[in-house]
Amino acid sequence: MSDMPKADELFKSIDYTPPLTGWMETPVNFSPGNWCYPAKPEKIEYIESKLPGLWGKAREWSPGDADWKLPPNWRETVVNGFRERLEKFRTLKLFMDICVRCGACADKCHFFIGSGDPKNMPVLRAELMRSVYRGEFTLAGKILSQLTGSRVMEEDVLKEWFIYFYQCTQCRRCSLYCPYGIDTAEMTMMARELMHLVGLNTNWIMEPVTNCNITGNHLGIQPHAFKDIVDFMVDDIEEITGRRVKAPLNEHGHEILFITPSGDVFADPGIYTFMGYLMLFDYLDLDYTMSTYASEGGNFGSFTNNEVMKKLNAKMYHEANRLGCKWILGGECGHMWRVVHQYMDTMNGDTQGPQMTTPKSPVTGTVFDTAAATKMLHIVEFTADLIKHGKLKLDPTRNDHLRVTFHDSCNPARGMGLLEEPRYVIKAVCNNFFEMPEGTTREQTFCCAGGSGLNTEEILEIRLRGGLPRGNALRHVQDRHGVNTMACICAIDRATLIPLADYWAPGVQITGTHELVANALVFEEGEKRTMDLRQEPLPGFEDEDDDWTPPNTEEA
Amino acid sequence: MNALYSLLFVFLLVLIPLFGVDAAHMKTFFGVCIPITAFIIFLLGFIYKVVNWGRSAVPFRIPTTGGQFKSFDPVLFKQNKYDCPQTGAQTFVRMVLEVFAFRSLFRNTAASLHETKDGPVVAYKSSKWLWVFAITFHYSFFIVALRHLRLFLEPVPFFVNGLEFVDGLLQIGAPTMYLADIGLVAGVLLLLGRRLVNPKINYISYVSDYFPLFLILAIALSGIYMRYFAMVDVIAIKELTMGLVTFNYHIPETIDVSFFVHVFLVSVLMVYFPFSKLMHLPGVFLSPTRNLPNDTRTKHHVNPWNDPNIKAHSYADYEKQFGPFMAEAGLPLDNPENAGAEEKA
Repeated sequence: MSDMPKADELFKSIDYTPPLTGWMETPVNFSPGNWCYPAKPEKIEYIESKLPGLWGKAREWSPGDADWKLPPNWRETVVNGFRERLEKFRTLKLFMDICVRCGACADKCHFFIGSGDPKNMPVLRAELMRSVYRGEFTLAGKILSQLTGSRVMEEDVLKEWFIYFYQCTQCRRCSLYCPYGIDTAEMTMMARELMHLVGLNTNWIMEPVTNCNITGNHLGIQPHAFKDIVDFMVDDIEEITGRRVKAPLNEHGHEILFITPSGDVFADPGIYTFMGYLMLFDYLDLDYTMSTYASEGGNFGSFTNNEVMKKLNAKMYHEANRLGCKWILGGECGHMWRVVHQYMDTMNGDTQGPQMTTPKSPVTGTVFDTAAATKMLHIVEFTADLIKHGKLKLDPTRNDHLRVTFHDSCNPARGMGLLEEPRYVIKAVCNNFFEMPEGTTREQTFCCAGGSGLNTEEILEIRLRGGLPRGNALRHVQDRHGVNTMACICAIDRATLIPLADYWAPGVQITGTHELVANALVFEEGEKRTMDLRQEPLPGFEDEDDDWTPPNTEEA
Repeated sequence: MNALYSLLFVFLLVLIPLFGVDAAHMKTFFGVCIPITAFIIFLLGFIYKVVNWGRSAVPFRIPTTGGQFKSFDPVLFKQNKYDCPQTGAQTFVRMVLEVFAFRSLFRNTAASLHETKDGPVVAYKSSKWLWVFAITFHYSFFIVALRHLRLFLEPVPFFVNGLEFVDGLLQIGAPTMYLADIGLVAGVLLLLGRRLVNPKINYISYVSDYFPLFLILAIALSGIYMRYFAMVDVIAIKELTMGLVTFNYHIPETIDVSFFVHVFLVSVLMVYFPFSKLMHLPGVFLSPTRNLPNDTRTKHHVNPWNDPNIKAHSYADYEKQFGPFMAEAGLPLDNPENAGAEEKA
């Protein structure tokens, strides 16, 4: 962080003029800061023992070295893997053939907008793969080579893949604008699968993968520690509300299994969102349980390969069946919801037990046919339904010191279409809501630049560059409307938007949507709340003997 | 440089029939053999490619959603039916809009950086130029191609006559100037110009991006030359083209050499088509991010190559590993024996 340029300097350094050399001749920057650390060998050895044949040889290596210690047959492995995936995925085959390089996607990627590096234009990122496809698999490419932008698989090419396919957060913003719907996320996923085959990986993905498999969550929190953390939060809630809420774990015989990304159990401000869930469920006296075994909604397999994605996802139904739950309620998470929505039932639907039913709110009686196949409901749908039926007593004035905007997470927005429910919930619990500028929200939302396994410190500058579009839009509503809080429905957002906001829009705090809900939730008649979930005094609700001055009230 | 190569290449292609027909008197070769062979290559190549795509699975439904999905409460949260379709019919409309109106491209924006007194600003404004260029080009090309049906069908279908009438409505000059002819040339020039002038687009352009543009430009110009300047004998040409369709080959003597140039260039385009990016024509219909309904949470779909052997790390193993800690923490155990301390993590 110390050698990070100031925001203004970084902005001035962005130049959209392409280099004088052609993209194939332009060298790639392998200096530290441009890549995430490779996985520790023991992580690869572990996952190799569970899903053999997908990982290459576990080893110590560094992208900064000239020798990446690739296996001797790496070229055949990658080319054959490529061929195999062309057969398995029409998307890949089609997207290799039909791009016309119109450039509509070029300035849609947050990494390009913030860096000016042409290889971050989605069209060119895909060309890194497409050039190999043409050179290895098409006749025209083999004959005409350079004229059609073809090349064969070489070590430099693979190294370039490693840099740029780990500078893509699979946010799919480019896909929205592409006249053929070409989805770079799909190609990034394939490129990563191929790189895994020869042992090119990152620790920030593989360590969570192994943790999720062993302990159930990406942080490797063991069951007893998980319970301790939840107990701490229950204590904090008691301190704030005077009420001791239930927090059932691993209990058989409840109707609902609640699963949220484990980021919510771990750090600020996710834990406040988690406390929000607990308070809401207790308020409703909901018949639910959580699980230490299936304690991760976020699926790090989707950053790795299809096999791991399936294996990790399978836990959810496995646990619902074991505990006898009828349906699953899912917390606020980004890519978890893309996996749940677009992959889960197709991959693992046949493992649902006979006890599982279409989600039905026990409070309002609403049957959620929209989730009939997956049996899994998004918590903002659940809460929006409660609010609509007037089942929650809310005091939005408790959030009056907050001037809130909403950040659509990429995956629920562009891989699901969940746009209005969170806004509805936020508007019910906050009186001051402001949208960021058009073109930066809803389906056109900009990524936090830390998704798909990039939420790690060693590539912070790239993340902050990629964070420019989101940060700048946030800065706009901060300047114009005094916005001091950005709500989201994604655990990665809650982690990555904090440094992003500190850098591009200092003074804006990040919150989960259910933290706001719980702050406004009135437990019983005459309940007096003087603190918010962060145990900071609530402006306007202070104790008389409290001489504390609320922040953010000087201007605004 | 890539553009120059392409231009040069198209010049060479023009020279081949010029030389071949005039100097070598190979009218049958250029008037019959080449176009028939090219058409067969086009057809087989096109079918092969589409079938080849079709052979690959679409294991997952991954539509890119561009609006609100169908919610549990469709009144409170109104579904954006055509950007986030849930049924076959809605998806069909999405595809029609995509194919006929280039809807995704219509959404295009341009991002720009500005330094203002309030600090740095990233601005986005609607940018429809590419959409305008593309629509002009594609519709003109489509109309021109349809008009050519007149040469291959007898009697001429009513819609071809109707199209000609509308297309020639402005009645400029004689013979009537067709709007689509102007549109086609303008469209190609605009797309070409954009590729040459915009540094970002220029940077990503190969020979294979310029070549089809120059080729189509040459085809359009040769067609226009035939019609408006050489005033070719259309009756004779129809004799030839009908001969091709009915496999009854006949080369009238009165056909101008410009016709052979035109036909040769079209033949090159047909041969080039299936092996190039021009396959975006059938491809757009097959794109899984657009042509699938967003119904994966509602309906069960099957992944054809799902591996049933991939199973979750089982709870039983988990409890075996962490049992003692779980027992100590008061978490319920399925198997009380796991509370024993013999196995530590």
